[in-house]
Amino acid sequence: MSSDLDRRRLLGRALSFGALGLLGGCNFDHPNHPDLADRFLHLLSRWNDRVQAALFDPATLAPTFPAAAITRPPRFNAYYTIEHVRVVDGALWHLDLFGAIAEKRPWRLADFRAAPQASQITRLVCVEGWRVIGQWSGVPLGWFLRRVGADLGARYLSFRCADGYHSSIDMASALHPQTILALDFLGQPLTPPFGFPLRLRIPTKLGFKNPKSLVALGVTNRYPGGYWEDQGYNWFSGS
Amino acid sequence: MAARPIHPWPLRLMHWLNALALVIMIGSGWQIYDAHQLFRFTIPPSITIGEWLAGAIAWHFAAMWLFVLNGLAYLVWGTASGHFRRRFLPLSPRAVLRDLWLAATFRLPHRPGRYNAVQRLLYLGVLACGTLSIVTGLAFWKPVQLWWLSDLLGGFRETRFLHFAAMSGIVAFLVVHLVLVAAVPKVLAPMITGGRLHEESVP
Repeated sequence: MSSDLDRRRLLGRALSFGALGLLGGCNFDHPNHPDLADRFLHLLSRWNDRVQAALFDPATLAPTFPAAAITRPPRFNAYYTIEHVRVVDGALWHLDLFGAIAEKRPWRLADFRAAPQASQITRLVCVEGWRVIGQWSGVPLGWFLRRVGADLGARYLSFRCADGYHSSIDMASALHPQTILALDFLGQPLTPPFGFPLRLRIPTKLGFKNPKSLVALGVTNRYPGGYWEDQGYNWFSGS
Repeated sequence: MAARPIHPWPLRLMHWLNALALVIMIGSGWQIYDAHQLFRFTIPPSITIGEWLAGAIAWHFAAMWLFVLNGLAYLVWGTASGHFRRRFLPLSPRAVLRDLWLAATFRLPHRPGRYNAVQRLLYLGVLACGTLSIVTGLAFWKPVQLWWLSDLLGGFRETRFLHFAAMSGIVAFLVVHLVLVAAVPKVLAPMITGGRLHEESVP
């Protein structure tokens, strides 16, 4: 997503609509008072979550690509512009764990470096319609969840980022073999704009479901929502 | 049998449901297009639906159910009732050329309940575009789960161009459709009331 301030100002009117405005009846400008159209669209979006979860096949892999297909330079994208990227100190950084996890001891960078690694050259598809191909490597999320004793029967994984961004995914997608906690891009540690020191890389979902610079990971049965999801973007957003 | 409707009620119902679905699908699709343009033009936001990308996507993926389910009902009804066979067939290139020439020289008569060869071609064409829009839309929405469909259509970016092409075909049809209704306004009422068709004018 771009950092367009106008867009952020539309926060409360996420689902209000232009040309069909007359059909909507009352048009509240506050997210706590969604109008009829907002309610209808939320209902359909929840239905589409369920359809996508049913369509999701844990064994279907996202397409992989040759190294020559990698997009260079990589494309930066966040809810702010690149000069506002928050730089995390890798020596002090740790990932906090919360929710239905047996061993909640925070993980440091060295812990992740010592864990098994997997690499992938996959396509990142943005909700806007563009795509880039990149090479990410890191710790398979399924391995990590088992290692820390997460409740694999829980419904949601919740992610919090250093910049205040947050998102969440379903457990089935979290356990997909290509879902990784990425440390490296093109064989080098992630740079701050691209999620240093640790980001979620999940090629079975749209780009905004790949939160960067993670500071906390939780397992929960309570719907956690997310930065864009709360503004009206479809939660499941599977690819 | 003295008379039967020009447009039976299931057809009228599906026609107007489809009109609603198309307006929402196209309007929200244009807003989605603007988020990442394929060509060097922006579609004026004033004629789009959804106000911003999230709203447009929500509308697009809500109305798609109406568009697809209504379209499936139409296919089943059209096949089972014989509507397709009666209205769209036979169709030959020679008949299309003949009727095009008659239309160009303003000698093509309007016969209620009966489509000329050009109309048949246009209706079949827009049905093909509608089908293409759904297939390409599915492939662009689910390039991982439906990777085989995405591959079949030429790849991820290609499906987006094809989706745009299908929309363009539908919009081109709608322009012709609406211009013709404006030119021959008496065809509008039967699409609402059903109209009455006398047996002698039935093919």
